Formats: sequence, structure tokens, C-alpha cells
Amino acid sequence: MAGRTLYDKIWEAHIVREEPGQPTLIYIDRHLIHEGTSPQAFSGLRTAGRKVRRPELTFAVMDHSVSTKDRLLPVVDADARGQFEALERNCAESGVHLFDMHSKNQGIVHIIGPELGITQPGQTIVCGDSHTSTHGAFGALAFGIGTSEIEHVLATQCLTQFGSKTMKVDFQGKRPRGVTAKDMILAVIGKIGIAGGNGYVFEYTGEAVRGLSMEGRMTMCNMSIEGGARAGMVAPDETTYAYLEGRPFVPRGKDFEAAVNQWKTLPTDADAKYDTTLTIHAHELAPMVTWGTNPGMVTQVSERVPDPTSFSDPVDREAASRALVYMDLKPGTLIEDIPLDRVFIGSCTNARLEDLRLAAKVVAGKHVSKSLKQALVVPGSRVVKAEAEAEGLDRIFRDAGFEWRDAGCSMCIGMNDDVLLSGERSASTSNRNFEGRQGKGSRTHLVSPMMAAAAAIEGHFVDIRKWSAAEGAE
Amino acid sequence: MEPFIKHTGMVAPVDRVNVDTDQMVPKQFLKFLTREGYGRVLFYDWRYLPGEKPNPEFVLNQPRYKGASVCLARANFGCGSSREHAPWAILDYGFHAILAPSYADIFYNNCFKNGILPVTLSNEQIDELFARTAKNEGYRVTVDLEKQVVTDDMGLNYSFEVDPFRRDCLLKGLDDIGLTLVHEPKISAFEEKNLKHPMMYDAVDVKHHSNKPHEAQHN
Repeated sequence: MAGRTLYDKIWEAHIVREEPGQPTLIYIDRHLIHEGTSPQAFSGLRTAGRKVRRPELTFAVMDHSVSTKDRLLPVVDADARGQFEALERNCAESGVHLFDMHSKNQGIVHIIGPELGITQPGQTIVCGDSHTSTHGAFGALAFGIGTSEIEHVLATQCLTQFGSKTMKVDFQGKRPRGVTAKDMILAVIGKIGIAGGNGYVFEYTGEAVRGLSMEGRMTMCNMSIEGGARAGMVAPDETTYAYLEGRPFVPRGKDFEAAVNQWKTLPTDADAKYDTTLTIHAHELAPMVTWGTNPGMVTQVSERVPDPTSFSDPVDREAASRALVYMDLKPGTLIEDIPLDRVFIGSCTNARLEDLRLAAKVVAGKHVSKSLKQALVVPGSRVVKAEAEAEGLDRIFRDAGFEWRDAGCSMCIGMNDDVLLSGERSASTSNRNFEGRQGKGSRTHLVSPMMAAAAAIEGHFVDIRKWSAAEGAE
Repeated sequence: MEPFIKHTGMVAPVDRVNVDTDQMVPKQFLKFLTREGYGRVLFYDWRYLPGEKPNPEFVLNQPRYKGASVCLARANFGCGSSREHAPWAILDYGFHAILAPSYADIFYNNCFKNGILPVTLSNEQIDELFARTAKNEGYRVTVDLEKQVVTDDMGLNYSFEVDPFRRDCLLKGLDDIGLTLVHEPKISAFEEKNLKHPMMYDAVDVKHHSNKPHEAQHN
């Protein structure tokens, strides 16, 4: 039998029905929902007179629209309140677990899934959110779906899916100091473009990936969708098992051992073939900063804003010109000379404990630049928040002039009141720099937590490799 | 879902690559509980000036494209967020078909769930359609899913590929969930075989899913 990839193994283990010429019916192990994309799915079920088939396999959380300020105050945004009430009602009626905005386990859906051990290797995991790819870090097949598919999963615990092609994204060698998982994935997207992964599932391999913590692997997998891939995966290993052991929803004792033994069968066989391979030499990587209006418009921090005329493809040229007008940037400007208005450290990409530790180390004993209007730290979950506070990270950030907030999606998507005003420019550890993403007219530059932290101190981008607080070397 | 068999209508061009779903429906409109009414906000930030005044610069606000029902677009249309609000807005605005060289995965899938036909044509064909649309005011095409062709009344005839299963669902307006539920015995058999040990422990310390203080509950 020909060798199989991690993706093949998970796919094949979840086939419920397969017919030539038709998409495959696959079983879904874990379904995550939030207030933003699920209400219409529940109304659809109601209209059709259908029930939630396996409520114990769906987990709900409030994250997109929650306030990151005082959560005990009444929700003033009537539309957001309507979403929260709908989610509460839908979960209560169907028996779905809900971590509401007051739960001590509340947080961004892609942070709490792994943190609670709901996410496990070998699973199929879906959520009405494109960053569901995050969970692939555990060696799961995890991808974002639309609301119609949410309804489909609720009603059947299955999805009809077409298989994907596989791309091995191989990071050879070690990453240099100051280079994080965020820079690794931005480099991939910069190389292949934001549509480069369309139709593929990425599997990240190689020494630099093996050397990443689970947090780093989640950051990489999280942004797979920004490269067009619906899912990204990392084969489980000792780092994965060590992370999972003892988490609330993970099996314990002998059951854990049995689970690990099963997980150990998941990694891609030595003789398995990928549809395509992308090789990246990790030692050539540098801290990355986006200059345009999609995550593929990215360059190294030591570089300059590109001149659109330097692009050979007329389509790229026009897109770059348009992006520079929107971003109000002149070709040739040094990235380090770009001044900032706000800094956001947060989101499902970069708001885990490790991210906050790295950022805190950079800002410790320093102060946010006077030229900034705001520097914000939004922990990805209340558990992350509590752990960070137990280590005193909140104090370091506050002393440095950052605001320290409650958990949620916050300024990554700006569905609550954490937004940029029109024309303002941010350094953001989030995942999308689309026009208007952080507020109408907002100008977003995506960076790693260390880079965002250093930029907050200086008021403009700086090359974190020049700072002694830079970590990342193995 | 309404079936899609054949549609004839005016073409409106959205001449940008990588149009993301944040542009189709910005975040502030993701808080509604319905699937209806998003046509008004389609391409909101491009379409409106402050005070919701139509921006005359934006193509869909040009009088000549009023009433268009076929959206002509560029590569990687619908990238980014999985929000199904994007195809809901496309449909509610009045577009029944999209013509583009490529689509982002989730958006493409979401279109079929809503009776919208996203047609994939070559870059050269799309260029030609942009040229014809610009040159001929009121330019119309017919998108025929049964025959898998896009035609106009000036002799244009482009055939296109579409997955046969998706085509069939659109032609008949089939309900996906209903189709899957036909296979209920297979789902139950899968569960019987695989879910005896669900590898999941409902831990005591997360049993209480809300830690809202008592006094606040009466607010």
C-alpha cells in the first residue's frame, strides 16, 4: 500500500459515504460555534423542523462582538446583545455547551478549543470562521465553513466535502533570533501569494516547524487561510502530547496513553507523496511587516515599501498601486520609518501566553511612545489572561503604558468598540490587513508580537533583531 | 433554495483582483440574525460616502449598471473570511451568477449553497467580457447551467466546467441537508463503530459554563 499523508489518514478515517463522481460525506468530530455566524443556522434548523444531532460535539463561545472592557456592564450595542441572546437561547434549547462572556473559560474560539483540550490530533474540526485552520497545529483536519454548512453539521454531524490536494511546506534549518512563527507564515504567503494555496491543505514540516511550541504551530496554521489553503496541519509529536496532557477535555490515565498511541500513527508515512512541495530555508527568514492590503503584500523589516513599477505582472502592479494609495505609503519608504497610531497585540493568531511573554520581555522597563494614541493587549482567552496575570505580565504591560483588556477578537475585526479611526495606522499581531478590516479607512500592518511591542515603544517599526530582548533562536 | 437553470441578465464589472469578503459585507453588518436584507450593504465601504450617500466613483453606482444581475469579477474573488453574509448580499443585491477566473474556496462553496452560480472562465475570456461590458452599454449575457455555456447576442459562446454534483444540486434547487439525511443509516453506523470512545471528558471545572456573578444576572 502506498504511503499516506497525515491529511489522507484523517480524511479516510472520517468517510461516512463515498460514491464515484460525488463529494464525500465525512464525519465531523468537533464543531465550534460563535455568536457571529451561527444564528441563521439555528433558525434554518427550526424552519425545517430539524434537531441538533449530537449537541455534545458542538461547543459555543462568545468572542467576536464581546466587549474587552468591563463585561459586567450591560451590553449597549443592541445588535451585539441580540447575537448573545440568540446564542444563549440556541444553546439552551439544543443542549450545546456554551462558554458565555462571563465564563472563566471564555476566549477566542480558536484559542479555547486547544486550551480546553477540545481540539485533539486526528480529529475533523469545523467552525463558521476561516481561522479554524488554527486547530490543524495538533494534527487535526480543521477548516472554516459557511453558515449553511454550520446548519448541515448541526443537523447531521457530517459535511459533504471534496478532497483537497496536499502541499508540503517544508522549513529546512533553524529560524534565526527575532523570527517567530508569524514571520514564517508571512514569508510563505509572501512567496506564494494569497491565492497560492487555493485547493490545497498545507502540511508544515521541517526542523524549524518541529522546533516551534504548540503556540507557534497554531500561529502558522491559523494563517494558512491567508495563503488560500483551507487548512494547515502539523503532525503531532511529543510537543503536542505534552501540551494536551491534563487539559480538561483530554482523556486521562490509561485512556490518555491509548490516545497517544493512536495519535502516533497519524504522521505522514515516509513514502507518502504530496501533490506539491514548497521548500523554505529558515535561516534566510527575517521579521516581516505587511505594507499593503492583503497578507501577501509583505516584506522584511529591513526593506523598503516596494515600487509598484517593480512588479512584472500588470495585475500585481495595479493591485500594489491601489494598496499604496489606500495605505498612504510612498514607494521606497523604509519600513522602519513608518509611523504608527495604534498597536494591537491580540487575536486568534497571536494572543496566547507565549505571545504575551515575548511581547512583555520587549517592553519591560520601557514606555510606549508618546506619539501613539493607543497600545492595546487583548489576551486570547480568560485563561491566558489569568496565567499572564499570575506571572505579572499585565503589570509589565500596564507600566509600559499598554491597556490590558478582557479576552475577545477585539481589534482584529473591530466588531466591538476596539477600532481604528479612518486614516489611522496600526501595527497589529492579527491576521488580515484588508481595507477597512480594523475600522473603515483603517491601515493595518501585520507583524509578530515582538515586532508590535517594539513598534509601540518607538512609535514606528524597528528591527527586533537589533534588540537584546528578541527571542526566537533555538 | 431556488434552482438555477439558466439566467439572462445585464453584466456589471467589479474590476479588482482579490476582492475579499470583508469588502462585500463589512464587519458592522455581521450582527444581524437573518439571512435577508444584505443587498443594501454589499460593497458598503466602496459604495457609499459618509451619510450613506452613493459614491459616484464606484462602478455599481453608475446608472448604466442599474439592474445588473451578473457580476463580472477578477481572480480569487471572495477571499478571506468565511462569512456567508457575502453571498447572501450578492444574491440579495440581485446577482444570480458570477463570472471570474478563480474564486476563494469557502466563498465558492457558499455560493452554491445559496443558488448563485460562480462560473470559472479563463483570464482571456474574462478580459474579453470586461471589454464587451465596457463597450456596450446594457451588455447582457446568458448563463446556461444545463448546457454549461455563457453566451451573448453577438456570438460569444464560452463553455465552462462545473462539478456534476454541484450542478445537479443547483439545477434542482436541492436541499443539502435533506440529501445527507437520506444516508442516516450510514451516519449511525459510523457513530456506532467510531464513537464508543469519544476521547472526551467533560471536566468538572468547566461544567459551569457561566461564571457571571449573581447580582449581575438581574441586570
